[in-house]
Amino acid sequence: MSSLSTTPPPSVSPDGRAGTLPRTGGRSSERRGDRVFRGLSLGAGLSLLGIIVAIAVFLVVQAVPALRDNTASFLTDTVWDPNAASPAFGIVALAFGTVLSSLLALAMALPVALGVALFISHYAPRRLAGPLGYVVDLLAAVPSVVYGLWGIFFLNDKVIDTSAFLAEHVGWFPLFGADGIYGRSVFLASIVLAIMILPIIASLSREVFLQVPTSQQEAALALGATRWEMIRTAVLPFGKPGVIGATMLGLGRALGETIAVAIVLSPAFVVSLDILTPNSGNTIAANIALGFAEASSTGRGALIASGLVLFAITLVVNVLARAIIHRRREFTA
Amino acid sequence: MTSVRTPVIGGLQQAALPRRAVAGLAAAVVAVTALLFSVTDLQGTAGFVVVATLLHLAAQTVLSRVVEGPRRAADRLVTTAVVAAFLLALAPLVSVLLYTLQNGLERFDWDFFYRSLRSIGARDAGGGANHAIVGTLQQVGLATLMSVPLGLLVAVYVVEYGRGRLAATIRFFVDVMTGIPSIVAGLFVLSFWILGLGFGYSGFAAALALTVLMLPVIVRSAEEMLKLVPNDLREASLALGVPRWKTVVRIVLPTALPGIVTGVMLAVARVMGETAPVLLTAFGAASIVRTPFDGPQSSLPLFIYQEAASPQQTAIDRAWTAALTLILVIMVLNLLARLITRRSKIGR
Repeated sequence: MSSLSTTPPPSVSPDGRAGTLPRTGGRSSERRGDRVFRGLSLGAGLSLLGIIVAIAVFLVVQAVPALRDNTASFLTDTVWDPNAASPAFGIVALAFGTVLSSLLALAMALPVALGVALFISHYAPRRLAGPLGYVVDLLAAVPSVVYGLWGIFFLNDKVIDTSAFLAEHVGWFPLFGADGIYGRSVFLASIVLAIMILPIIASLSREVFLQVPTSQQEAALALGATRWEMIRTAVLPFGKPGVIGATMLGLGRALGETIAVAIVLSPAFVVSLDILTPNSGNTIAANIALGFAEASSTGRGALIASGLVLFAITLVVNVLARAIIHRRREFTA
Repeated sequence: MTSVRTPVIGGLQQAALPRRAVAGLAAAVVAVTALLFSVTDLQGTAGFVVVATLLHLAAQTVLSRVVEGPRRAADRLVTTAVVAAFLLALAPLVSVLLYTLQNGLERFDWDFFYRSLRSIGARDAGGGANHAIVGTLQQVGLATLMSVPLGLLVAVYVVEYGRGRLAATIRFFVDVMTGIPSIVAGLFVLSFWILGLGFGYSGFAAALALTVLMLPVIVRSAEEMLKLVPNDLREASLALGVPRWKTVVRIVLPTALPGIVTGVMLAVARVMGETAPVLLTAFGAASIVRTPFDGPQSSLPLFIYQEAASPQQTAIDRAWTAALTLILVIMVLNLLARLITRRSKIGR
């Protein structure tokens, strides 16, 4: 194929921009290679956006028939019985359990993760900081199913003791109401979730803390600040947006975690604050894994509808987190 | 070290707690905690450590406040708390690894790797995870084959070609896609491939779901690596008259290769442990399924999940051994990835 005809002759280059070199015939075939490659990579980029759109579209398409058969109100009811002859299901209990367990996990993980991040960025001996950070990252490498296994066979016994202790001595606290049966509870699930999101928050916060300008830290120290005062006045204010972003990413991870929760939790479709007792909650993700095998066609649609809600929640959390991180990146760049 | 430290704050000569005093305080706190545990109904090692740490924090703060003043006391409090937080974070890692090792060695034998669960009930001894290992290798292998070329192209677009709003949008949504829960990726393939197009459960469907999860991870790491390639290399190549695409394929990608390989290995390690999407798309099977297109298939994490759901100890032992196998493979992948990065010229 003659490529000359497709390219404008070099003489027609009226704008005369620097860099527009006259092209020979050989060059133009190379330019075609360039166009193809550019097109391919652009197509890949667009297909990625396409996947995200497709996720939303296909979940909606598969959820609609089940939602149409639903005899309860999906957004305001707590009942979950989608496999019955007259299917009735609502997202409230599941959404409540998902948010409650994730917030509890966050409350437990955040202080520890900040401590870990500060330890590695500002307290550990320089030479050990890298390897120690890597060890903490290994926490994220353990598969969630293994955390589930460890949670149910090892951690549950410890949590039962702790729960009994809490219920006995601080039972007046709204979350610690109990009826004498403990374990396989939202509390256990939250602890497992906290362990799983800790390395995410810790490693992202560590990166931000390491970016704090040395001049600011040295200035604080030169003014006579102790190490903690230096961290409070120089490191933490600088790192705040990054830490907020990292926290929200951790939250997003906790909201969507499935198998570990499905293994450790004894589920129930109720809205309850009694986190120490079994059968006092469930999460969207865990319910999908647990209910999938026995689901009827409507049941499957109901699970997909609940997955759509989860997708929407995590999408919002992630977009917010990324927006915060991106804005600060532009700010510092 | 009994000498008074050079003062940093306050007056020129200020009292500081000698290290010996802090050590003595720690010993006293442990003794008091032991007494407390023998008198009251408190018990357990973990509880002991927690109570002792809190007591030490309080006692140290009071002592330091009296001797050294409030600012020094706050500094000490935070230092101790930070170290304690780090040790606390290590505790679950060590516990998970030791507990898995302890339980997993029970069935870490020949049969486990060379037999499947075909006609083996939960109650029966023996049986193995060969079918699950085969399934994991096929699913993860296929997912890698699909996500690596696509992911590299996206990264090339974002770094080498992309300008303006579209590139920024793609970069943003790559980040957002990293946060999509794995169960949603599974539901997507279920809705699209299995319910929508009617293909049925298969290892390939699982590979599709894993691709959705791997893609953003690979794009992100490849993007970081491509950015690290010095611009001099690109300019030198372009100045020699090499077209842009050839510059990318021959110069930029090979330079960034070790980093890209590391990213791929970390992505593989991540999706290898995914259970939820595989449950929704491959469903699981007890015998060896030779190709990923032959209907329901198992995978190692799915095997763990399904065996652990059984009340029988023989099945639970198999789950632990599978967990040990999975952790070993993932740890080896992580270590290899780290070694490759260390040996490469660019990157950390």
